[in-house]
Order: sequence, then C-alpha cells, then structure tokens
Amino acid sequence: MSKILDDLRYAESHEWVKVDGDIATVGISDYAQHALGNIVYVDMPEVGDEVSQGEDFGAVESVKAASDLLSPVSGEVVEINEALEDEPELLNQDAYANWIMKVKMSDPSEIDNLLDGAAYAKLCEE
Amino acid sequence: MKTYDKLIFELSKPGRKGFELPADNYATDGLSAIPSDLLRETPAELPEVSELDVVRHFTNLSNKNFGVDTGFYPLGSCTMKYNPKINEELAALPEFTSLHPLQDEKSAQGALELYWNLQNMLANLSGLAEFTLNPYAGAHGELTGLMVMRQYHMSRCDLKRTKVIVPNSAHGTNPASAMVAGLEVVEVKSKPNGSIDVEDLKPLLDDTIAGIMMTNPNTLGMFETEILEIARLVHEAGGLLYYDGANLNPLLGKVRPGDMGFDIMHINLHKTFSTPHGGGGPGSGPVGVASHLVKYLPNPHVKKDAEGKFHVEYGDDSLGNISTFLGNFGVMMKAYAYILTLGKENIRNVGPLATLNANYIKENLKDDYLLPIEGVCKHEFVFDGLKDKSTGVTTLNVAKRLLDYGFHAPTIYFPLLFHESMMIEPTETESKETLDEFIEVMHKVAKEAKENPQAVIDAPLTTIVRKLDETGAAKNPVLNYRALKNKEA
Repeated sequence: MSKILDDLRYAESHEWVKVDGDIATVGISDYAQHALGNIVYVDMPEVGDEVSQGEDFGAVESVKAASDLLSPVSGEVVEINEALEDEPELLNQDAYANWIMKVKMSDPSEIDNLLDGAAYAKLCEE
Repeated sequence: MKTYDKLIFELSKPGRKGFELPADNYATDGLSAIPSDLLRETPAELPEVSELDVVRHFTNLSNKNFGVDTGFYPLGSCTMKYNPKINEELAALPEFTSLHPLQDEKSAQGALELYWNLQNMLANLSGLAEFTLNPYAGAHGELTGLMVMRQYHMSRCDLKRTKVIVPNSAHGTNPASAMVAGLEVVEVKSKPNGSIDVEDLKPLLDDTIAGIMMTNPNTLGMFETEILEIARLVHEAGGLLYYDGANLNPLLGKVRPGDMGFDIMHINLHKTFSTPHGGGGPGSGPVGVASHLVKYLPNPHVKKDAEGKFHVEYGDDSLGNISTFLGNFGVMMKAYAYILTLGKENIRNVGPLATLNANYIKENLKDDYLLPIEGVCKHEFVFDGLKDKSTGVTTLNVAKRLLDYGFHAPTIYFPLLFHESMMIEPTETESKETLDEFIEVMHKVAKEAKENPQAVIDAPLTTIVRKLDETGAAKNPVLNYRALKNKEA
C-alpha cells in the first residue's frame, strides 16, 4: 500500500504540502509516484514565479505518461529542489523526503481547503 | 533467432562494387557541366558493398521486424488489420508511380479521377458532403479539421470562439492538435464507462466554444449512446462537432458520423482502410466536412466539370495549403483498392466482425483479467491488468511475456483512466483459431503469474534483446551510430 504521512496536507490531485510558518514545501505523494512509474523528468517552476492554488506549476514525466503538477497553495516560489534536475528518480525512491518547490504563501488559510492524511488515504482507496 | 545488428557502413570495403558502368565516360562527362563551385570537395561517404552484401543486410534486418504479416498484433486503438497484397500491386502500377505532380492535368486524368472517386466513397461511407485527401496522417487530419472549424467561425466574424472541448479520455493527439491550431483546450469529464458526462458538458457550452472533439465509440471501446443529445447541445451553443476517425472501424458501413451530427471528421486510411502503418508505410488522414464547410477545405481541390473532365482547383475561401500537391497518393491507391475489393456488401461486414472478435476475446479472458467496464464493447476493450493483484505482476510484465509467445503486445498504460490499462483490438481480419491461440496464451500468462510470478516479471526471455532499461532510454537516449560509438568508447 502507498505510504501516507499524517503530518502533511494533500491535494486531490496528489500533491502534498508541509507548512512551516508562511513557507509551504510541496511535493507529490507516494501514491502519485507509484501510479506514474519510473519518473524521467520533472518540469519545475523558476524561483520568483507566482503560483495559484489548483493551477499547474510544472509537470512530471514518467515512462508511462506526463502529468501536470497542480499547486496546492498560492504564492511566490522561493526555492526549487535542483537535485531533481539530474535525478528525477529521487521522487520514486522517497516521494516525501524529496520535495519539488517551496512557496511563500500569500493566503495561508488556503491550507484549510486541503485534505488531511486520513481523508487522503480514503481518496486513494477509491 | 540470429542476432544481426550491423550498419551497412560496417560492411564497407574500399573499392567493392555492386554494379559496373559502361567503359565510356558518360558518368564523368556529366560532371563537367556542373559549375566547379557546386561540386563536392570531398567524396560522399557511401558504403562500398556488393549486391550480395546489400541483399543479406536488408533481409537480415527485415527478419527482425514484427508485423501483421508475421503474427497477431492486437495493438488497441491502432487497427492493425491485414494489408491485402492486391493493394500493393495496384499502387505499384507504373502508370501511376511515374506521374509527376507538376505535369499537365490533362495527362493525369486517371489519377485525378481516382482522387475524386475515393473522396466520394469516403463521403458516402461517413455521411458528409465532401473530403480532402491532402492531409498526410491522422494528427495532420485533426489539425486540418480544426483549421476548418476556426476558419468557419472567423469567416462569420465570430472571433470569441477560441476554445475546443476535449474529453479527458481522448487520444493525446486531440488536445495537441487543438493547441497547434491556436485553440484553447477545455476538458470535459467522462463517466466511469468512458462516455461524456452530459451534465458536466452543459455548463461549458457558451459563446466562446468553437467546437468539441470526440471519438465514437469512445476510448474504452463503448458506443457513445447520448451522441444525438450531445450534438444538439453543441450545435445549439453555436459550436461544431469534430469526429476523430481513430475508432471508425466498428462503424464502417453500419453507422455514419454525419448522421450522428458530426460536422467535420478525419479518417485514418492506414487504420480503417487497410493501408500499412507504423514502420510499414506512410499514413493518410482525409478530412470530411458537412456541406456548409466545404468551401473552407484546404487547397488544392479536385473538381469534375460537366463534360466529366477533372481539374485541380484553388478556392478563395479555403484555409490554404496543408500539404504539397494532393497528399500521399500511393496510400490513397491502396485504400481505393481495398474499398473496391470488398465492395458495398462486404464492407458492411467489417464493423460487425471487428466487434464480434473483440467481444469474443473479452468474454473469454475476463475471469483472469480485470474488466472495469462490463457490457458489449465495439472494436476494442480495456482490461485493468490481471484480476489477481497480489502476485506483483503488472501489465508491463504481461505485455513483455506475450512477446515470448510470439504475439505483439496490446497497447498498455493507455487510457490513463486506469492504472494498469491493457487495450486490446483484434480487428476483423483474424481467424477464430488465432483468437483462440491468443486467449490460451493470455490464460497461461495469468497462471504463470500465480504459480511463478518471477518468470513473468523477468520476461521477455526468448527475444533478441531482454527487458530494456526504459528509464535509461528516456533519460540518456542513444539516437545515432556516433553516440553509440562514443558510449562504447
């Protein structure tokens, strides 16, 4: 079964968020990496880009498919995980240790729109 | 099977020849007529080989192919039907192959008549007014059709219509073609059986919608039963309906897209009309339209005058040229031969037999493979992997194992609606014996997955190359000989 961490929040489109003050760290869930299969490329935003909740901020390509990444929060991208440029397979190895971007949130209350671990686990079972 | 992976350049020996020119100096005399600044400074790097070298080389390479001529090829959404050899014979007639596209139309009346007849046959089979045969393949046809759609709205000064609705289960070419045509893609959700959710469609239909792209049967091989209602809604909102001909095979001679309300469609001659495709030959993607859209079809057109003479014409309202001259003519000849060979009566059997064959396989395999959508399918269907998921054997493993048993794999991991999709399309040209053989092997693989899963996971075992490193191939592709040599060095 896919691993789900209880201290994270999740979007229905399978991204996770970890909140630290007004900084949100964003990645894809273990369920997502498993469904995608071997990931060969991560299309990431640039530092300084504006992202909006529910809008795409990049894409993940696997040997099976390419899939848009939807941002779970709105705000400004302050950091991206450059290690994924050379080693996109890190997302397959550990989807939670390897984040994709950090966002300075413009509206932290948006977090309330996201699922908690239990609700996300239920979504994945369906 | 013998492994053969040489390039013809590796066989080259300086001075070796496969021909002898007469002793006089025709060949060199010709060179003196070319200005010296246009001549090569270094000799062309051509392989120097004997005729026997060439024959062995290409025969060995061709033996590595898997095609419809060598075995069963159930590749879903591709309609890999048999390509009758009479098609090839007719397309090779020198009276056609030695035509030049720039020669006077008076001296090419036969070719123009063939174009005219074929476009009429396609119009009759699809219930539309007129076809252009100019597009080179399916996605090119989609682009052409969407350009017709855009041209129609623009000519009416209805400039707000910039969006095209595409179902989330559509073939990937649909949204891609819409983007290339300069239109914005709006997604409409499918219901669990893959058909369009009419309730989800309704709110999307406003005055910015140029049209909708659909296939019927849909990507899961199920007939879109609400098509008449969808057509009514889209037309009422001022949009046009585009039919992707990828799934036309089960309807051939039975149901016509024009009668369902479609305004524009493309046909893949290389699928439905038995011309070779994949590695086997170029495609052709004729586009048909309803009568109110005929004037927008691309240039040039073939027209017949009152005296029965054929002309190549250019129309002012046309969207312009989308190809040089009149498209892939050789492919048209093969499709024409196919239609004439079958005739009006037999062509009506194509769709029903393709449908019967698909349902026969589906019903025989659904004990071992997970069938997410119950019911009668059309020409193809989708399994969501093995029924027993506890073995760890995936759709990819099953596909590779099939190669060991001499079958081409089905389409896998498409559509994206399921995680372990396996899309099977047998076509009408396979015998019951071949279908039974395939069914038996699929059962055998399911049994192996239970009893010895590792054997399936390690497959293929008997092919020239074993399991390929797909991640490595995607990340560090070696695309030419120089790159291979660099990598080996």
